[in-house]
Amino acid sequence: MSVPAAETQRAIEIEVRNLNAWYGTAQALFDINLTVQRQSVTAFIGPSGCGKSTFIRCLNRMHEEIAGAHAEGTVLVDGTNIYGRALSPIQVRRHIGMVFQQPNPLPTKSIYDNAVIGARLNGMIQGRASADEVVERSLRGAALWDEVKDRLQAPSISLSGGQQQRLCIARALAVEPEVILMDEPCSALDPIATLQIEDLIKELEKRYTVVIVTHNMQQASRVAETTAFFFQGRLIEVGATTKLFSHPDNKQTEDYITGRFG
Amino acid sequence: MSVATGEQSNSLFKPERGLFHARRRIAVYLSVGLTTIFAGAAILFLSYFVFYVAREGIQYINLDFFTQEPPLSNSGGGGIVTALEGSLVMLVIASIIGIPLGMAVGIYLAEFGRGRLADVVRFLVDTLTGLPTIVFGLFIWVLIVAPTRTFSGLAGGLALSIIMVPTVARATEEVLRLVPGSLREASIALGGTESRTILRVVVPAARSGIITGMLLALARVAGETAPLLMTSLGNNFFIPVDQLNITNTPLDAVPLRIFIFTLSPFPVQQHQAFAAALILLVLVIVTSLLVRLATGGFKERGR
Repeated sequence: MSVPAAETQRAIEIEVRNLNAWYGTAQALFDINLTVQRQSVTAFIGPSGCGKSTFIRCLNRMHEEIAGAHAEGTVLVDGTNIYGRALSPIQVRRHIGMVFQQPNPLPTKSIYDNAVIGARLNGMIQGRASADEVVERSLRGAALWDEVKDRLQAPSISLSGGQQQRLCIARALAVEPEVILMDEPCSALDPIATLQIEDLIKELEKRYTVVIVTHNMQQASRVAETTAFFFQGRLIEVGATTKLFSHPDNKQTEDYITGRFG
Repeated sequence: MSVATGEQSNSLFKPERGLFHARRRIAVYLSVGLTTIFAGAAILFLSYFVFYVAREGIQYINLDFFTQEPPLSNSGGGGIVTALEGSLVMLVIASIIGIPLGMAVGIYLAEFGRGRLADVVRFLVDTLTGLPTIVFGLFIWVLIVAPTRTFSGLAGGLALSIIMVPTVARATEEVLRLVPGSLREASIALGGTESRTILRVVVPAARSGIITGMLLALARVAGETAPLLMTSLGNNFFIPVDQLNITNTPLDAVPLRIFIFTLSPFPVQQHQAFAAALILLVLVIVTSLLVRLATGGFKERGR
């Protein structure tokens, strides 16, 4: 009897083949090929405008939500091409959650309603008890429960920036995704809040596949197992984080991580 | 050389002299002064207006004024219960029809409105906003009053409802456009469909703005007179609510009653026109205060 693959070696969760992306006629990504391992953290680094945010948005088809933008190529998630005709972007996003740069809780809704909105949007909630359960589970999952359990009906904007970002993570967890994409989740936060989010990412790794775009190379080396370096719309180098930061194969990668540009 | 000038010439902050600085200071005084004067004038004029209406009308406001039918003579008695009833009925009809329709048009324009059809709709909405309201009355007269051969509350309510549509639509469109894209993005990234995103995330985020728009539209039609002249006509007699048939009975309205009172040769009734105007004014102010409290309340608790 064979041992399940996940226990012997890390299965591949996302496999990207020949992905190209455009904003109107301007090409932003050129022939990206990359695999993301299951239940690990993968970081995308690179200077501003290198395409790392565009790329992460291609992974749950958010890229095409920008007017005039489109992407072509193959992104296999668990073996299924999310750009295939059989799938709608809606279905894709239910399995691949996303956290944005600026915390974007719904300002007119309470903490409770924010935590549950994703599940409600997907028709996953039946009755009050089910909603309560989703709220507690997702807030616990985002390490926010203990801080807000006594004021769930308070408006979301009464929280601090770091708490708001964790609320956004909770909101994504409530939909029960397999993959969580984070587009510079800490760039609007102070160092303490950043640390809390990073701890949370290490926690999330145990159950989810996490992809994070970051400006901050220290952050990549702290949280990510695998790091990919992007430059001018191309994937320059990808590998184990420790190796990429100590012995990069590519000259451009070395110049970037040693601070010669970017 | 004095100590003071020595300090000044060494200081980082030199005294501002010369034509450039003098002109700048004058410009500041002028702009602050002029805006203050004009703001004051506007407030003064508005308060005098309210004061004048109140002074002319307040002595005629008593319990009878709210409960009696309009006086047939110059006795000075009677009231405007017919007008209050009619206005209430017609405003409810107008709201039930006009608000959802206007909101739907506004949501369409803000969320789906691209291409030629949207341009046409937007142009029509703008045109309707500027159209004299008597035209709407005429429209309903041709469409409903003439074929049914009777003035009615329903016709009046319908006329008011079409007047509300463009106002509500434009207000809805504008506040929906102000909802940050990051909220739409959040909902879409959670797997929300376009329609659920709009109904559960975008519209609730713009709630207070939409309600304000509805209120403006309601306040506007509450004072409409011309379209009612050819649709609900007016009525001197009170119809008990349980006997009221909105499809075949002419109804009175507060602005209509004001109009009829002002035409009267008797000073008593002219004063009653002011009393009715005062009631209309107070109703509009109170409604807008209530809605402000209701919609602003959530934000206040948030701080």
